[in-house]
Amino acid sequence: MVSMLAEESLLEVCAIETHSLEDYEAEPPRWCKGCGDHGVLAALQRVLRKNNVDPENVVSVSGIGCSSRLPHYLKTYGFHGIHGRALPIATGVRLSRPELPVIVIMGDGDCFSIGGNHWLHAIRYNINAVVLVLDNEVYALTKMQASPTTPDGWKTNTTPRGTYLHPLNPLSAVMGMTNISFVAQTATWLPAHLDETIDKAWDHHGLSFVRILQRCPVFMPKAFGEGGLNFPVVFLEHADGIPIHPLLRKRGAVQAHDHRDINEAQRVAVTADPAPMGLVYQNPDVPAYEEIRWQRQDRPDHQTFLRRLEAEMDRYTVT
Amino acid sequence: MPGPRRIRLPEHTLEIVSDAGEGAQKAAVAFAQLCAKAGNGLWTVEIIPSEIRPPPHTTGSASGNRIRLAERSRVTNAGNRANVVLAFNEMALLSRLEANSLADDVLVLIDDQWATHEMEQYRRSYREVLDRFRSGAAKIIEVPLEKETLRHVEDAQRGKNMFAVGLLCALYSKDPNVLDEVIRGIFKDKTQQVVEVAVKLAAAGHQYGMAHLEECFEIPSSQSEVPKVAMNGNTALALGAISAGFELCSMYPITPATSASHSLSEIFEDFGGFVHQAEDEIAAIGVALGASYAGKTALTITSGPGMALKTEFQGLAVMTETPLVIVDVQRGGPSTGLPTKIEQSDLLHALYGAPGDAPKVVIAPSTVEECYYILSVARKIAEELRMLVIVLSDANLATGQQLFDRPDVSKTPPRPPLDLSPVPLGTLPYDWDPTTGLSQRLIPGQPGGMGVTTSLNHDRDGKACYDSERNERGHAMRSRKLATLQQSLKPPTVHGASEGDLLLVGWGSTRGAVEEAVDMARAEGLAVSSVHIQFLSPLPPGLKNIFRRFRRVTTVELNYSDDWSDPLITEENRRYGQLAWLLRAATLIDVDCFAKVPGRPYMPVEILDEIKRVLDVQPALAAPGPARAANEGVN
Repeated sequence: MVSMLAEESLLEVCAIETHSLEDYEAEPPRWCKGCGDHGVLAALQRVLRKNNVDPENVVSVSGIGCSSRLPHYLKTYGFHGIHGRALPIATGVRLSRPELPVIVIMGDGDCFSIGGNHWLHAIRYNINAVVLVLDNEVYALTKMQASPTTPDGWKTNTTPRGTYLHPLNPLSAVMGMTNISFVAQTATWLPAHLDETIDKAWDHHGLSFVRILQRCPVFMPKAFGEGGLNFPVVFLEHADGIPIHPLLRKRGAVQAHDHRDINEAQRVAVTADPAPMGLVYQNPDVPAYEEIRWQRQDRPDHQTFLRRLEAEMDRYTVT
Repeated sequence: MPGPRRIRLPEHTLEIVSDAGEGAQKAAVAFAQLCAKAGNGLWTVEIIPSEIRPPPHTTGSASGNRIRLAERSRVTNAGNRANVVLAFNEMALLSRLEANSLADDVLVLIDDQWATHEMEQYRRSYREVLDRFRSGAAKIIEVPLEKETLRHVEDAQRGKNMFAVGLLCALYSKDPNVLDEVIRGIFKDKTQQVVEVAVKLAAAGHQYGMAHLEECFEIPSSQSEVPKVAMNGNTALALGAISAGFELCSMYPITPATSASHSLSEIFEDFGGFVHQAEDEIAAIGVALGASYAGKTALTITSGPGMALKTEFQGLAVMTETPLVIVDVQRGGPSTGLPTKIEQSDLLHALYGAPGDAPKVVIAPSTVEECYYILSVARKIAEELRMLVIVLSDANLATGQQLFDRPDVSKTPPRPPLDLSPVPLGTLPYDWDPTTGLSQRLIPGQPGGMGVTTSLNHDRDGKACYDSERNERGHAMRSRKLATLQQSLKPPTVHGASEGDLLLVGWGSTRGAVEEAVDMARAEGLAVSSVHIQFLSPLPPGLKNIFRRFRRVTTVELNYSDDWSDPLITEENRRYGQLAWLLRAATLIDVDCFAKVPGRPYMPVEILDEIKRVLDVQPALAAPGPARAANEGVN
């Protein structure tokens, strides 16, 4: 009886402190109908609710592009920055406030092109953050220019006779970076897989790099086999990987994959067709840069601070 | 031993130059410390090539220091043409002649090994350079620097500099025991053997000087009650950042700013801070901005080319009203320009470099002491006004050592903990006071304050909007903060009389030279005064009233302007110095400029010459000395 009462009151407390989905909803999104960004926003809100995170203790950071409007629609602290520079801002937040979880939202042009340098270095820093690239293989906000991931020969406003180069493979690029600790790929037309992937990324300690394939219904409606209808994928399966729901097995082959094996992960990452879906690589033991820095930093009390400052002045005192 | 005859002087300026890598810099640091310990006021300027190992025995390889030391503890600039030069070879000596840096009657101390060197080319150039000096009023003392050093070490390259500093110790009648102490301090991280050799060589140099010099100098010192520190401007910035309470400095290596981050990296972690070396200049400011957004005001330190890369983020800081401090240690531009040399050419870039209307605060220290204090000011303004503050230092302040009163750090306030107290849901992130433009900053972690901070135009609620009215309001509110700050500033004080024939206006590290030139001019009966501007944005009040009381107003600054006598230059197309440009716009007064790009600080006599030119008085440097003759020869 007593234990039942205790359980009830515990439930009551939990109920009070449990956040609802609405707690993470800001103004209604203004993305186009059918845009995959809607799905990513909803998945993020579900993950935050599942983990019952206080909205004031999350920071979402984005660059510029359609998907980078996401912080406007997610009711946490958000920073909608400038093109390509979300990761340095996120690094600053993590370095100064490591207690705040950080979510970074970028597009393919934002991350892989103008922000390329920051992308590679953030992976090397391995800051503890969920890094989502919403890849629609086109610059959409500026109205259809080729991005680094635009497929071979596709016509855009800057490549009216077809693109000139093979598309960048972001997975193989990150798999070549020192300190890579988490790589996954998913797609917005696979909502359950998307949820599970973001969930896994949230739980990872370190930089979780997630490439999310999503079709731009306005400028690239035919991308990804018209939004996954005709897009060959292979699901990566592992007991600790991204769960593959039974319905998903109809949408592509399933391949056993050990995401802890970096060589195997690199091999999977270079194969773009069929596109690997799931957890490509994870190493939870790579230290996060901000934690290395905090561990080496002394945080003296004010008296010690003053004594040390006096000692520094002593070094330069001449008379 | 009777020793050399002593000549007492109130001040002296000397230069020490060697090939890059031969240690003249180190010798100069030791000598400067020796003088500082004796209580002499000083100001040093590095003479530094842009390469680490330029071709040796060329004028381009000359590396060293200029040191002005004085009886008074307050020395405000690097002085006029040098009275003494100690050169390790004749090309290093020649470089100083070509820089027009030596007095006509300069005392030259030079290594005599080149007179009998096995390479004919060196023997010849040594003869030729010394002959140029001998033809004027210079006095030459050839010193067996290499030979004497080789009596103590096998490789004279590693030790000549210590022999040289010993020699200077004798030349300036300093206490060799103090020099011993200074050298032990400088080499404290070296092996015992290295330290002992250095000390022995310095003692040998001193003994040589006492035995062979006929004359030596004595610059007495005025002992002060207040303890003094000696450091360069970049070290002062580093210590100033700590005492100002900064916790993060994010940077990317760039000359001449980097040494500030070196000083900070060495100790910042002991004070609860980080130096983050970012992947590029853009990331460096991005990380600082991210940290500031998260509640811990950060700074980034850079120089001109880095400023250029940071402009988009500057606009972001302005638009989002995120407090941020940028230190720009200016060097010669444009582009890579003169990486190791002084210029004041980033003023207009700092003010107007970012696209869109991006009002920001720009302030400039004029001394190393101000480098120490200015970051506290910058931080306070950045936080209270939610603004971007740019601090314009320069290569001269960065590397020059100066003596100043030891800062009282005991009153440094503790860093306040982050205020994460809840605010009512819906609290406006830009709750602008319509008069002042000020608003309270919300910090991630504060319950109730959730919302987006955006680079897009936004209104009081922080949400993006595109209509005219709210765009006008955002601009007005961001701009208004500058007016708010301007109202709290005091009019600058005039150095000299408050009216006269000519007013010089300066900013940054030229202050000391300008004021010294004004003092010289006034001593000659000229009605000249000067004003120094510390706040470049907003400009301090009262400038127009001050300017009106002078017949002419001219700026003195180290940046480019067209000369009236240049071909094609007319009233319509003449480009003015940057401060002049600014002051003309702000006051509608016909402000002229003395704005040049010599890549070194102005000497007071140059400014005095300009004063006399403007006032149509006979200039001081009428007779061509060896330096002028040499330049004419080259032309």
